[in-house]
Amino acid sequence: MQVGLNHYLVVSALLFGLGLYGILTRRNAVAILMGIELMLNATNINLVAFNRYVAPGALAGHVFALVIITLAACEAAVGLALVMAVFRNLETVHVDEITLMKW
Amino acid sequence: MGELAVFIVLAVLTLVPAAVVVTTGNLVRAAMSLIPSFLGVTGLFVLLQAEFVAGIQILIYAGAIAVLILFVIMLTQGGTGLSIRQVNEQRLVGLLVAGGLAVALGVMLVRTPWPRSAGTLPASNVAAVGNAFLTDFILAFEISSLVLLASLVGALVIARREQ
Repeated sequence: MQVGLNHYLVVSALLFGLGLYGILTRRNAVAILMGIELMLNATNINLVAFNRYVAPGALAGHVFALVIITLAACEAAVGLALVMAVFRNLETVHVDEITLMKW
Repeated sequence: MGELAVFIVLAVLTLVPAAVVVTTGNLVRAAMSLIPSFLGVTGLFVLLQAEFVAGIQILIYAGAIAVLILFVIMLTQGGTGLSIRQVNEQRLVGLLVAGGLAVALGVMLVRTPWPRSAGTLPASNVAAVGNAFLTDFILAFEISSLVLLASLVGALVIARREQ
């Protein structure tokens, strides 16, 4: 059997679901950011697969994936800086213990 | 046939460490498991003839983001202790929502009759991506460099010690 578009779509759907499970169930803020990175990887697989199988004339999918990688790096940097600032002030990184703004 | 075998190996290399990332109680093991997952995604990109994106994926994801995550785990003393509870009380709901979404996405994506085209990608990936960035997608290029600048300054300001 040839490797087709569907194979990549299933892999990226599973990776996306795994990332979402990580975001929903983890207490540590850094672990939640790891789940976000998994979800972004899943979308990149999707974009590059669609470029290869549906629109191979140009490289719009690759460009989109590269912009997403860039923005994911920015967001990881800022998010992890925020986690460090929160740890410095509140002595915890567990999101269920950060309740300063709860009513 | 050989391509299918390589694809299955790469898919397992991507998905099994990702499952470890989201379920293990040891935070450092989770961060280290990100790296084989990213390498698996790199392999999938190479299989999709996207060599430039694969190279950037290795450089930025496996090379910078994973290391950054490990550093922040060290600096916030996440530690390797298994006694700290890493999972909140929403495991069942999370499993249902994430599993449902993955199944719905998979079924929906596989069932849609995408207009497959039998063309070939441009010969040189790097040249074509460079040309695309500087002609068709120049706005996205400039804006992403602005975002990089803003996040660089922002991360420095947020993470520094108050004097």
